[in-house]
Amino acid sequence: MAIDRIFKDEASEEKGERARMASFVGAMAIADLVKTTLGPKGMDKILQSTGRGREVTVTNDGATILKSLHIDNPAAKVLLDISKVQDDEVGDGTTSVVVLAGELLREAEKLVASKIHPMTIISGFRMAAECARNTLLEKVVDNKADSEKFRSDLLNIAMTTLSSKILSQDKEHFAKLAVDAVMRLNGSTNLESIQIIKKPGGSLKDSFLDEGFILDKKIGIGQPKRIENAKILVANTAMDTDKVKIYGARVRVDSMARVAQIETAEKEKMREKVQKIIGHGINCFVNRQLIYNFPEELFADAGILAIEHADFDGIERLALVTGGEIASTFDNPESVKLGHCDLIEEIMIGEDKLIHFSGVAMGQACTIVLRGASHHVLDEAERSLHDALCVLSQTVNDSRVLLGGGWPEMVMAREVDALAKKTPGKKSLAIEAFSRALLAIPTIIADNAGLDSAELISQLRAEHQNKGCTAGIDVISGSVGDMAERGICEAFKVKQAILLSSTEAAEMILRVDEIITCAPRRREDRMEIFHLFCNPVLRHWIGNGVVVVGGRMLTFKSSNEKPIDFRRAKICSFPIAKVKVLDNNSLSSRASWPLSEGEKEISVRGEKNVWRCHHRNNGV
Amino acid sequence: MALAFDEFGRPFIILKEQEQKSRLRGLDAQKSNISAGKAVARILRTSLGPKGMDKMLQSPDGDVTITNDGATILEQMDVDNQIAKLMVELSRSQDYEIGDGTTGVVVMAGALLEKAERLLERGIHPIRIAEGYEMASRISVDHLERVANKFEFDESNLEPLIQTCMTTLSSKIVNRCKRSLAEIAVKAVLAVADLERKDVNLDLIKVEGKVGGKLEDTELIYGIVVDKDMSHPQMPKQIEDAKIAILTCPFEPPKPKTKHKVDIDTVEKFQTLRLQEQKYFDDMVQKCKDVGATLVICQWGFDDEANHLLMHRNLPAVRWVGGVELELIAIATGGRIVPRFQELSPEKLGKAGMVREKSFGTTKDRMLYIEHCANSRAVTIFIRGGNKMIIEETKRSLHDALCVARNLIRNNSIVYGGGSAEISCSIAVEAAADRYPGVEQYAIRAFGDALESIPMALAENSGLQPIETLSAVKSQQIKDNNPHFGIDCNDVGTNDMREQNVFETLIGKQQQILLATQVVKMILKIDDVISPSDY
Repeated sequence: MAIDRIFKDEASEEKGERARMASFVGAMAIADLVKTTLGPKGMDKILQSTGRGREVTVTNDGATILKSLHIDNPAAKVLLDISKVQDDEVGDGTTSVVVLAGELLREAEKLVASKIHPMTIISGFRMAAECARNTLLEKVVDNKADSEKFRSDLLNIAMTTLSSKILSQDKEHFAKLAVDAVMRLNGSTNLESIQIIKKPGGSLKDSFLDEGFILDKKIGIGQPKRIENAKILVANTAMDTDKVKIYGARVRVDSMARVAQIETAEKEKMREKVQKIIGHGINCFVNRQLIYNFPEELFADAGILAIEHADFDGIERLALVTGGEIASTFDNPESVKLGHCDLIEEIMIGEDKLIHFSGVAMGQACTIVLRGASHHVLDEAERSLHDALCVLSQTVNDSRVLLGGGWPEMVMAREVDALAKKTPGKKSLAIEAFSRALLAIPTIIADNAGLDSAELISQLRAEHQNKGCTAGIDVISGSVGDMAERGICEAFKVKQAILLSSTEAAEMILRVDEIITCAPRRREDRMEIFHLFCNPVLRHWIGNGVVVVGGRMLTFKSSNEKPIDFRRAKICSFPIAKVKVLDNNSLSSRASWPLSEGEKEISVRGEKNVWRCHHRNNGV
Repeated sequence: MALAFDEFGRPFIILKEQEQKSRLRGLDAQKSNISAGKAVARILRTSLGPKGMDKMLQSPDGDVTITNDGATILEQMDVDNQIAKLMVELSRSQDYEIGDGTTGVVVMAGALLEKAERLLERGIHPIRIAEGYEMASRISVDHLERVANKFEFDESNLEPLIQTCMTTLSSKIVNRCKRSLAEIAVKAVLAVADLERKDVNLDLIKVEGKVGGKLEDTELIYGIVVDKDMSHPQMPKQIEDAKIAILTCPFEPPKPKTKHKVDIDTVEKFQTLRLQEQKYFDDMVQKCKDVGATLVICQWGFDDEANHLLMHRNLPAVRWVGGVELELIAIATGGRIVPRFQELSPEKLGKAGMVREKSFGTTKDRMLYIEHCANSRAVTIFIRGGNKMIIEETKRSLHDALCVARNLIRNNSIVYGGGSAEISCSIAVEAAADRYPGVEQYAIRAFGDALESIPMALAENSGLQPIETLSAVKSQQIKDNNPHFGIDCNDVGTNDMREQNVFETLIGKQQQILLATQVVKMILKIDDVISPSDY
């Protein structure tokens, strides 16, 4: 009796060898894809979006490339994820982490082919990774105490990071920019306070770091264009119609005269508000929200510079640099902290007018203005600079530093090799393989630079037999060189993250012996979810953040009992952000479907199905 | 018989649209059901034990899950076959009840079905098989009770508990740091356990994950971690000896539930309303301040003005905190959830030694730690890991470990793992089989055989010779009359599971056997499958 199919139509199942093959192939394909971008002479990729406009991105940032790929292979998705995490966590090494994981799997595939059990390989890899990490820990240099040296370390790291990017031509310039910017943060990793403004025109070299702060806004008409010794009030308040917020209030009048009266009262209210603001003794007012003509006029009359609609980040940064607080009420002028700066003026960068705050009290935030020939160049420059800033800000906190140019890989490979020789049993083969995978990274760097990698690597390996060797590949001159002398440095935190996450990913993929792919969700289902969100009732809940299911936000159950995650529905057309959808990733967690206390189930009729969703009403 | 005859001998059709439905009856139906059940069990078989492999599952939306947790695999498999769905249900109920052993129960049911198929071929009636299985399961459950050991632990000696959790974790990808994770799980469970009532409310343990860092950074926090930050960027990031007001009312103008309208028809009214509104905001903040709160945690949002007032009065606040988290915070800090500003009073405030905001990585990720709480009965396990899948899998593994620790506190009987309990049951069942007259004897014996499939799968997955290893262990058990011999999966060199410290909970094992038997009985009793034919 033949088995009835167990799975749904279109769902598929791969077992044993085939499954392993599928994941190896997927992972290696991804690694090979980004491989050519590795190193100072790595090449860029053009990414063309499928959306409207077919926008083009030119980049060699691994995370950016991988993010924009549509991948179906599940193993490849694991690699994608580690690259993303690497980006979020340390900011650089997004390509290396994928390449290393790919190389590990390539080696593992050979071992599996020679009939070594994946579990044995995994335990070998684990030992090797541990050994490699310990080696790195031994070799790190920490110059935190010596601020002069530490700064030069930072400069070196920034230059090394930038050398593989579009900014490599002006790397000294940008390295200095980045180090200066990061040093101002005083150890915080909050990169938001570094603002990057991109203005096309000029060349990359014209980019500069501004001590003060630049706001990409124009000064209102009739207001002073230059203020010395400015007192700034940073605010987040409605300056259009300051309406009565008490719920259910509405204006109901019986004659035109009354309308006029109330209008005057409204105007009076606004005038009072402006008076209060002026009463703070300020000469510059920056608001996050719009400022309507009427109050703007009042400000202009009082000789106060009023800047409207500064975005949220801008406001926060401005508050940071000027040392003021973000105000929303204006009743106690004496206790509101005002911001100060020496000079506010309108400046021109390229063809755009911007507002420049200089001589600011607090130095935490700063602005980097990037100039370049085209948007593509600027975008890529921003990404590169962002990488450098990330690495630097992480290094400021964890100041351990390693040499670069393939030096760490060589050192690790040597120690791992030594471990393999000491380890009895089949595991040693896996450890050996790990060391080969490590060597692949300098090999690829050399290959990408068009050098004779086999020759260089063997030379390097020979050199590394001496203890305390500092040799690495100098791609620029195309030979083996002393890394300490050339000042090629990398942050320990980045290297460690690369090592650990790629081993972890390789391990995960190796452990898999079966791949089950569910039938892809039908497009109509998505459409239906979309229509559901147009349902006014649901939107109301979402807008009010009411639909909560056991800590997770709104999840749906279609009539066929399958939970559906509405985040997948890719709807951005209305503000669901308010309920913070990212709250819970554990949709797969079990015990999620029974109703918990205080929840009730509500059905909503979609086009095809009746949807049931859990609705938690928290006493509202 | 879908075809019936009326009193004139004319046939008529009972089932609606009969010709459009496919139908299986009798032995065919049973066999097809059995093979479906077996197919599901076969998928899970390779995941059993410390050397078991993982499965990669791709969801309809393309998300990837990598796991070797039986319940998760089955749940995400998108199964269509009805019998296969029963197996999914089976592992889910094991999960709800016990939390661990979700793979084993399915493998066991698969083995029982396989043996039943042979008996069916020999012409034994399914009901007799079912009854035989029932008897045998009772024998094994009683036998387990006999071989079980009481196992003693107290708060000063946690080692046994940790060992048991380690057994659970050793089959997962996180076994690299199973020791530290097991310790975390045990400490977390003990922190929330009510040792007198012997009960543990796992809801009080919050498991939170964040990608980045490494698995070793996973930590247990005696307090709560919330994925939120302060409502105003300039509020202090660290508060010591916080007195927390936990509010479920928004810092917004009132919204009475009854329908109402406030009509503004004169300028005076407009102005009074405006003043009232201002006063309202002021009052809200003042009330919080008056009772002595130094931190406000609110379930809802704030109006901009209220937000600034809070900042201005030096009262840090957190908004949009979820209901469940709010409850946990209330439990941990010993505060009360206050639904109205009027009801705020000093004794309703929660207390925490330290509240701080911590940022992660290079993105704008901040989390709020509430620590050194007045009542440490709510804890958080904070997981770090290299990628999303690892974190998800760690969450599942920790869930299993937490359940095991809870079960031990509820009932501190254990049996030994590594298949030793199954082998010993199988010996007992086979010995008992001979005493039963009648056809059931065969079924009981088959049950004994089926029990051996778990150690067999363990041995297979560990790369040992399954039959050889199993027979060696079995004879050793009989010879020494010692039920602690099992399969040496990790190649430690001894078969004695007591020495290897591999335990499982007694209730978990019993539940496995009972649940598997029940499902198999149900499947065996089906003799007619009617399904709408494909179109």
